[in-house]
Amino acid sequence: MADPATPEPKGPSRLLHDRRWRAVIAQAAAFALVAALLACAGLNMARNLERAGIASGFGFLDQVAGFEISQTLIEYSRASTYARAFWVGLLNTLAVSAVCIAASTVLGFLLGLLRLSPNWLAARLAGVYVEVVRNVPLLLQILFWYIAVLNPLPPPRQALDLGGVAYLCNRGLVLPWPQWERGGLAVGLALAAGLALAWGFAAWARRRRVRTGRSLPVWRLGALLAALPPALAWALADARVEWSIPALSGFNFRGGGTVEPEFIALALALTLYTAGFIAENVRAGIQAVPRGQIEAAASLGLRPWRVMRLVVVPQAMRVIIPPLTSQHMTLVKNSSLAVVIGYPDLMSVFAGTTLNQTGQAVEIIAITMLVYLAVSIVISLIMNWYNDAMALKGR
Amino acid sequence: MKRFLVPLAAVLTLALACAASAGTLDDVKNKGFVSAGVSGKVPGFSAPDQDGVWRGLDVDFCRAVAAAVFGDPDKVKFVPVTTKERFTALQTGEIDVLSRNTTWSLERDAAQGIDFAGVLFYDGQGFMVSKKLGVKSARELDGASICIQIGTTTEMNVSDYFAAHGMTFKPVVFESADEATVIYDTGRADVYTTDASGLAARRTTMSNPDEHIILPEIISKEPLGPAVRQGDSQWSDIVRWTLFALINAEELGVTSANVDEMLKSENPAVKRLLGLDGNLGEQLGLTNQWAYNVVKLVGNYGEIYDRNVGPATPLKLERGLNALWTNGGLLYAPPVR
Repeated sequence: MADPATPEPKGPSRLLHDRRWRAVIAQAAAFALVAALLACAGLNMARNLERAGIASGFGFLDQVAGFEISQTLIEYSRASTYARAFWVGLLNTLAVSAVCIAASTVLGFLLGLLRLSPNWLAARLAGVYVEVVRNVPLLLQILFWYIAVLNPLPPPRQALDLGGVAYLCNRGLVLPWPQWERGGLAVGLALAAGLALAWGFAAWARRRRVRTGRSLPVWRLGALLAALPPALAWALADARVEWSIPALSGFNFRGGGTVEPEFIALALALTLYTAGFIAENVRAGIQAVPRGQIEAAASLGLRPWRVMRLVVVPQAMRVIIPPLTSQHMTLVKNSSLAVVIGYPDLMSVFAGTTLNQTGQAVEIIAITMLVYLAVSIVISLIMNWYNDAMALKGR
Repeated sequence: MKRFLVPLAAVLTLALACAASAGTLDDVKNKGFVSAGVSGKVPGFSAPDQDGVWRGLDVDFCRAVAAAVFGDPDKVKFVPVTTKERFTALQTGEIDVLSRNTTWSLERDAAQGIDFAGVLFYDGQGFMVSKKLGVKSARELDGASICIQIGTTTEMNVSDYFAAHGMTFKPVVFESADEATVIYDTGRADVYTTDASGLAARRTTMSNPDEHIILPEIISKEPLGPAVRQGDSQWSDIVRWTLFALINAEELGVTSANVDEMLKSENPAVKRLLGLDGNLGEQLGLTNQWAYNVVKLVGNYGEIYDRNVGPATPLKLERGLNALWTNGGLLYAPPVR
């Protein structure tokens, strides 16, 4: 884009006068500088680690961990490797995050709607809840649920009896647990297939309603569709299930499944805390929908609930989703506070015990940071995809 | 944010590399104090008293190092570090000596970039349970929930012990001993495990100390001692010989009360220790009065022990393994000569 009035410079210096080339050269130089700095830091670190006699590398992942973990979603024992301990910690982090994301989103929506309710009492109660929960530090809330609520529960021998099959005590919630003799996998897969089928049916029914104006009883038919495949699989695979009922023996309950109090406290605190923020996002989103839309829908004779579901919420979602995404990502990162109450999450098992036993601080912290980064990116991708699906479409 | 973190980390790494390059003794002398990493939460070993003054065996050892270097036991800055961050703090130069009931083990010595200077306290891991459970032996603990502190040798020992005896347990792992004991006290777990001395110290902080017993089994060797960064033999010699000076002083009967009289002693070993013969202190890079200062200002090993954890303190620990070798214990220091 040289000025036509000035003569074209010749030779390599010509590149410096071309705006596009200049930008490329500047960026290449900046990139080279950053890369050189990184390489220098990396080499320096490696040299210092070697001089200080600190072993480095990822070989430690194959060594035997030698410690126990209280809650494991996959097979794990003290003879497992550090890599296995990493997966146990990661799955525990993901488990508590998934439960809390689902629960806090539902609760947050309910609270957000309640805050706008014409019922004075309901609106004020929701308002008080949101203000209290948002203004108390999360760490304090986790400790509150753990130390003030769950730990004072009676010991196993005086556990609260929930119908003779489940028990609540300071060792957690002890539940009957199904033990599949056979057919467990088939029934599980069939249930997943049934849910997918119901979802597809609901989507089809919606399109049909838009096209023809006639609606179907989606909920009832959907439930039937979801239940049919697992029932068939049960019959065909001749599934056998034995329920393991918890019973007191020695110090603690044997049999059944235990939800550890650490998990309950963390899940409660994270859910209730995040729901407060989501409620405010939802309220803001709903209030962003012009009043005229609601009045127009009411004048068509729609009931208030349908006005909300068909007119207000779909438009509000466009405002709600972006801040909702960051709430979900914050929740995953906040779950690392688990370490204060001894819930064996990634920070505790991997960046805690494993780091200390092996001393591989650089490698372990790098892996842990990458994992949290990756989880956040995945959440962001999913939510962006959902956002695109909900966005206003030019027709 | 990530865009800034990477260069920031790079700059920090460079800065650390520079900071670690000079000798530790010169660094310490330049800044005018010893940075000592301590627990800060174990009564009898390191904890501030009601007036905010640091007290304990680990603390007094750091004072002895300061007395050896500066002739002033108060030129120490105590830095409370958790079990999780202690080695990193030492590796990166945040602290000059780690005196934090830390167990000397091969992996720590070989792969973590630190060197142990010796054993300040011979300990072993034990179990504390509530009397109400009616348990008399650790062999009856099958199926118990156990409170543990993260990143400690105890975490591995308890796992080894239960596996060796075909028993199972549920770990409840906390970041600090404070949380672990509070949670044990509320009844969330049946057992609290740590070094036996730690159990004695922690029992004093329970809501009802008499309700808890320490089981007879000691399941491990826990030699607790001060550690320094690897690769600076001058500094590790200073810390090691400060420890040996404390032990030798007790063996030779030199105390903080009689050290000035002892200057007149005819015993050549005493004269060498107190710097009247030869230039032993200068060989360490200190003054020849180094050991005199240690004993005069802090006391000998026996005095430090009795003051902090001995039978007259709330911990009520007999000397046991920590008696001098001449009294049937394990304390044995090479000669100062």
